[in-house]
Amino acid sequence: MARAVTLNRRLINTGVAWAIGLLIFFPVLYTILTSFKTEAEAVSRTPSLIGFDWTLENYAEVNSRADYPRYFMNSVIIAFGSVILGLIIAVPAAWSMAFVPSKRTRGILMWMLSTKMLPPVGVLIPIYLLFRDWGLLDSRVGLVFVLTMVNLPIIVWMLFTYFREIPGEILEAARMDGASLKNEILHVLTPMALPGIASTMLLNVILAWNEAFWTLVLTTTNAAPLTAFIASFSSPEGLFYAKLSAASTMAIAPVLILGWFSQKQLVRGLTFGAVK
Amino acid sequence: MSTTHSRAAAKTMLSPAVILLFLWMIVPLAMTLYFSFLRYNLLSPGTESFIGFTNYQYFLTDPAFFEALGNTLTIVLGVLVITVVGGTLLALLLDQPMFGQGIVRLLVIAPFFVMPTVSALVWKNMFMNPTNGLFAWLARTVGATPIDFLGHYPLASIVMIVSWQWLPFATLILLTALQSLDGEQIEAAEMDGANAFSRFFHIVVPHLSRAATVVILIQTIFLLSIFAEILVTTAGGPGYASTNIPYLVYLQSLLQFDVGGGSAGGIVAVILANIVAIFLMRAVGKNLDL
Repeated sequence: MARAVTLNRRLINTGVAWAIGLLIFFPVLYTILTSFKTEAEAVSRTPSLIGFDWTLENYAEVNSRADYPRYFMNSVIIAFGSVILGLIIAVPAAWSMAFVPSKRTRGILMWMLSTKMLPPVGVLIPIYLLFRDWGLLDSRVGLVFVLTMVNLPIIVWMLFTYFREIPGEILEAARMDGASLKNEILHVLTPMALPGIASTMLLNVILAWNEAFWTLVLTTTNAAPLTAFIASFSSPEGLFYAKLSAASTMAIAPVLILGWFSQKQLVRGLTFGAVK
Repeated sequence: MSTTHSRAAAKTMLSPAVILLFLWMIVPLAMTLYFSFLRYNLLSPGTESFIGFTNYQYFLTDPAFFEALGNTLTIVLGVLVITVVGGTLLALLLDQPMFGQGIVRLLVIAPFFVMPTVSALVWKNMFMNPTNGLFAWLARTVGATPIDFLGHYPLASIVMIVSWQWLPFATLILLTALQSLDGEQIEAAEMDGANAFSRFFHIVVPHLSRAATVVILIQTIFLLSIFAEILVTTAGGPGYASTNIPYLVYLQSLLQFDVGGGSAGGIVAVILANIVAIFLMRAVGKNLDL
């Protein structure tokens, strides 16, 4: 609503909105600030906001832990692996539903949405036991598979809503001109679908990166990603606020930045295309 | 390419996704259902036997179940009320003309991208800790006694943490909906002499109801399954004071190795989610045409 308002009104809006915005953002900001404090300052009973001796020792320490790179790499492999695998399965499915819809398309889409309503604990025990028997517990392969399945409905839905916006006439024209299915996909569809696929990938990498049920119950050490690494700070003997903050800052920074770029896709993706 | 041809091709392209999702959903669910009728403890393998509804009887008459059920509903309803009301107010504010709107928006949505274990631990240690948390410092500064939030109000604290995580989502979606509102309609109403109140309730609210429905639907799905936030803050305690149904199932199956009992709990969780889903889908059906 772009309506003319007085400068005064605009200034008041600005003040109130910034105050609330900073308040909501404050826990994130405070985590980042604490990551530059010494351990003693971090647990001090009189906290300081910026007037402390800034240090990088927490980052150095977390990075020098022998296991840190593994947690980080596990997060990268699991998040990207599951989304890429998901896209390989979902792109053809969404493509066919968007361009060759049948009577069942709507039903299939709703059914896929309904699978998201199945609580994970409903399938936790069999998955856990099957993974144990198949040697997939605490393995990256197992976790990639699980997260692919968890996010597949969202990936299909997002792609479907993007593909549906591609005008079908263009495909028909290509077909008239005698383009083969392969050429149709390669030269006509792909360039038009790429932005949608990229957005889908972005949002789902964020979701997979932050997934904190399966990554916590199916891993111990080998395949544990950053969610599990941070959770290990919850034990009373591991109460190091500054190190927790440094580890947290490193864990959230990549997706926070990605997330800021993908606000629009977030709305569209998580509402299954219902709000754009 | 003939139509039958492309239909066949479409089926081939669709089937992997459908088959995999079907397997992912149906096979484990059937196994959970089967286990729920067995006496099956991982500590005594080889002694599995069929015991009918005994597991359900135990699970459903356990006082822990009622506490967990109540906690699950408290978390879902508490967070929904806070995020939908707060999100609407925040969206209305962010929709006003101001300087640096884009940056405020970035600040407001940031919590959504923070992984659950990080937000839970940051709140637990750096804010809610009764000795060196920020809230304790604030309390001392104004001369009050610091509160042990997670010790005395575990459920309320978890509701608070989860609300902080989900407020951005509600805000962003409601704001997106608000921005698609036709400004001319508002102006016309203004000219007709409608005051701010009636403009809000007769134009803005109906316009937002669809988006609010979507927010409630999506959030409910996630809120019914809150897990990490409980695991790293209170571990469900003290007692069962902050245990929800998913956490109870986790306790029973993976920590107490009672596969049969845990499976019965899992099936109960699925049934509950279905009841909620049916209500939601009915409500959503009116508002949403997918």
